[in-house]
Amino acid sequence: MSETYIARSSAIAARLLAGEMLVMNSANSTFFTLNEVATAIWQAADGKTPLRNIVRDNVCEQFEVEPGQAQADAEQLVTELSEHGILLISDHPLTSETAS
Amino acid sequence: MATPKHVACVEIGGTPISLCTSDGFFLSMVEQRYEPFLSTARARFQLEFEIIEATAATDDDVRVHRHGSEWQITRGDFLARWNSRTGTGFVRQNANPYSLDSVLRILHSLILAEQGGFLLHAASGICKERAYLFSGVSGAGKTTMTRIAPPDVRLLTDEISYIRRFDDAYVAFGTPFAGELAKAGENCKAPIACLFFLEKGPENRIEEMPSTEAVRRLMRNILFFAEDPDLVNKLLASACDFVDQVPTRLLRFYPDARVWNHIRQVEGVPLHV
Repeated sequence: MSETYIARSSAIAARLLAGEMLVMNSANSTFFTLNEVATAIWQAADGKTPLRNIVRDNVCEQFEVEPGQAQADAEQLVTELSEHGILLISDHPLTSETAS
Repeated sequence: MATPKHVACVEIGGTPISLCTSDGFFLSMVEQRYEPFLSTARARFQLEFEIIEATAATDDDVRVHRHGSEWQITRGDFLARWNSRTGTGFVRQNANPYSLDSVLRILHSLILAEQGGFLLHAASGICKERAYLFSGVSGAGKTTMTRIAPPDVRLLTDEISYIRRFDDAYVAFGTPFAGELAKAGENCKAPIACLFFLEKGPENRIEEMPSTEAVRRLMRNILFFAEDPDLVNKLLASACDFVDQVPTRLLRFYPDARVWNHIRQVEGVPLHV
């Protein structure tokens, strides 16, 4: 079974405010507010850590979420963010294009 | 023999920019249009203008690109180059004052981004030494808020507010960039008491708003022209800092003068003397 790797796009600006990550795509000015769980996934998106490990270490442990549901929600989230140019998804490790 | 250069220094937002041209007619237009903002200060930035024959009206979008410290700004009616490191630039345009307004707005937005400030689609006015800002998209009521302002309110702008960060406060400056009111703001400044996001409604009501929503609305109304991640990052950081420092509220208002009674009751941030 192949792994999923995620990295932050270089075309975005991001800022943490009141526990939520504000993300803006500089190419089209679309603006997103990520909740705490999505922020945790976003912050861990280094292109090297498999999504499965991110969900295990940064979501299930931190937020006491059932692993199967957390994995499904995370996959849906990263798909949506990639469609908006916010995250890059690959089945092999990526170079994270932005600073943390 | 070299063509003599004419120079006018236009200081908006405490940022003097020297405008150089060999075209006497263009200089006269500059001096007339920006008369309250002419300055004898030593200019920190310089723009050289080449005036060309009028071009056909265009609806082209402005395009702003950066290569290192070199910015190139183009629209159908002008071409500008700006070096953010040296603070110098070149503009080729016709003598249309609206083209010049656009060039100056874009240039100030780039300069401000480096200083933690920004230009905002907002009307603003000073009341009792504090500035109140009213932001919103076209039709939200910016010009209306200035039209119904009491006589003791000094108009900073009905369209584009100039916001700078100083050590202890965010300050709003008057600008010559007018909207429907067709009247330049006064050349004065004041610390910002409150930023209101405008929404018309059946009654006057001021509501708190989550900081993330305030940042989202702020970013929607900040003027920036570049699809440049570094620039957008700076503006997002400035927007977050602004919302952290300055009260931001939703103002639902019925467009008559009574709304100003509500505005005056917002204390806002302490006045720095």
